[in-house]
Amino acid sequence: MTIKKFVVGCFDDEKVLFPAVKSIRNQGYKIQDVYTPFPVHGLDKELGMRDTSLHTAGFIYALLGLTTALGFISWILTMDWVQNYGGKPHFSLAAWIPIMFELTVLFSGVGMTLTFCYLCQLAPFVKKHHFHPAATDDKFVLVIECTSNTNVQEAEQFLAAQGAQEVNVQVAETGWWLGRYDMDRKLFDQKASVATA
Amino acid sequence: MSSINYESFVREPLVDGDKNYSKVTEEIVYTIETKPTRLWYIGFYISVALLCFGVYSIYREVVYGVGQWNLGRTVGWGWDITNFVWWIGIGHAGTLISAILLLFRQGWRTGVNRAAEAMTIFAVMAAGQFPIWHMGRVWLAFFVMPYPNTRGSLWPNFNSPLLWDVFAISTYFTLSLLFWYSGLIPDVATLRDRAKTKIRKLFYGIASFGWTGSTKHWQRHESLSLVLAGLCTPLVLSVHTIVSFDFATSIVPGWHTTIFPPYFVAGAVFSGFAMVQTLMIITRKVMNLQDYITLGHIEAMNKIIVLTGSIVGCAYLTELFMAWYGANMYEYDAFFKYRLAGPYGWSYWIMMTCNVVSPQLFWFKKLRRNIEFTFIMSIVVNVGMWFERFVIIVTSIFRDYLPSSWSLYYRPSIYEIGFYLGTFGLFFTCYFLFSKYFPVIAIWEIKHVLKTTGENYKEQMQGLEKMSPEEFYNETHHH
Repeated sequence: MTIKKFVVGCFDDEKVLFPAVKSIRNQGYKIQDVYTPFPVHGLDKELGMRDTSLHTAGFIYALLGLTTALGFISWILTMDWVQNYGGKPHFSLAAWIPIMFELTVLFSGVGMTLTFCYLCQLAPFVKKHHFHPAATDDKFVLVIECTSNTNVQEAEQFLAAQGAQEVNVQVAETGWWLGRYDMDRKLFDQKASVATA
Repeated sequence: MSSINYESFVREPLVDGDKNYSKVTEEIVYTIETKPTRLWYIGFYISVALLCFGVYSIYREVVYGVGQWNLGRTVGWGWDITNFVWWIGIGHAGTLISAILLLFRQGWRTGVNRAAEAMTIFAVMAAGQFPIWHMGRVWLAFFVMPYPNTRGSLWPNFNSPLLWDVFAISTYFTLSLLFWYSGLIPDVATLRDRAKTKIRKLFYGIASFGWTGSTKHWQRHESLSLVLAGLCTPLVLSVHTIVSFDFATSIVPGWHTTIFPPYFVAGAVFSGFAMVQTLMIITRKVMNLQDYITLGHIEAMNKIIVLTGSIVGCAYLTELFMAWYGANMYEYDAFFKYRLAGPYGWSYWIMMTCNVVSPQLFWFKKLRRNIEFTFIMSIVVNVGMWFERFVIIVTSIFRDYLPSSWSLYYRPSIYEIGFYLGTFGLFFTCYFLFSKYFPVIAIWEIKHVLKTTGENYKEQMQGLEKMSPEEFYNETHHH
């Protein structure tokens, strides 16, 4: 739980957003995040993010599924309870391929989705601070994190000069908390934290 | 003078009309945020009524046994397994649209993928009912689970196609659900942020998992969708392949054919697209989404129908050829005595007409782009594909090797039909609820393609189109 101060600017168009991101970063501001209604290709690179490794996790889960299926079935059918199915060999790999394949896919898909939810902190009853309600509609919401040497007014002016339509300052919790969207819960005393920020 | 034209002459816009992001949201969520129409209520109540009859039919079957359906010797698989394969097949189009077309970068999938994925999930739910209740003693259904059990350490037979089916279908359902829901989360967040009432805020708040639209999250989301699509692509092929193994690995003449896996998969996609057409044509009309599900979408799907229909037709003829060329008298009799002719010959010819002959009309562009004709054809194809499974199952087993055990003419009982109608109830109840409470079109995916197609793109490119070659050179080479 950390409470920080942010300067928030809303953009209408991704064509304005890209040069703005570039100059804001060049200016030395720390962009906390950009919230967009759809995946804007290239924005992650522009923000200096590295590629996600989620697919590598998926591959590891897939291997786990494959070895689980092979190990489990071969242990059952050749060691734990050996049965004679129509005189066929106990270790009949060809007949196990369907289940091995299915478990590979199942482990990979389920594992990746759970990892995705964990990394992005997504779950029912998870609540986060939303800088602008239209970030899921038609606004691209750029959020600058204020550090001890940020001049808030300057940052606001700079954002507006870059083409941001709405600029404001928000003090917000950066992480998630358990909550419901139909109820507001006061997480912290805004006045006190502004003073300390 | 315009030297270049950026607007494609071949590809139609994916979204019709001049739209911006907020208009896309408004138009797609309109029906969710307003009261349902009378038509919706009528459809919903009919579906619930069918579902109730289905539940009653299942109750009869559980209490009195599988004898409630006219199954016996030698027709032990009748309507129920026919319906199972039919519903599973319908599900395949959803995965094909959402996963395979994503890998092939087909932009037109964005208009139809959400509803098609939902259709997959509901169709698999409907399909799953049949083998489960067909077990008879359904309270022992957990016997298919592989766990160290108390039944004398007896494990399920991992070499059996029926157990492969258990794994294939449960994996298919799980992955389709994950794929569908992970795509739905950003759109649910859109609904959450627009919600006015307390109950909507609560419901969409829980369902959106706290989605914010962060760039990093989107990056991971895209990676997740792409890998899930990559996993679902072989998965969907494996599911119907494994369903076909239920038949193909047996030694029953008429089932024992190696052509089954590709033939079943093609048939599944064929019937699935027909069902997508049925649903989409109604949905776009009732929910006023003609700009998003355009004639171009309908035509593209009709092209897939004519392709897969022709593959299925080829498979039918190959089967007949092999039955003759294989010189096995049982195989020959199964096809030429009991399938083409015999007491069930009529079903074979219905299948041939609906699946092979009629889809060929889609070679005509005029018919591909005719909505009424497409709607009728979508139903014809689904009737045909139901009969395909009926033909495969019933005509192959109603004559055994021993004439003494030949069955009487198999007819379904009212509860067998009721069970089938009940799954329609289940399917449409789910679809009605889904179309009322969730966006039937993936809002974020439409926004993603919005500026690369149609009016928006034209506007963007107008400047470029007007330039002379010299100006264009200067514009593009001096940056």
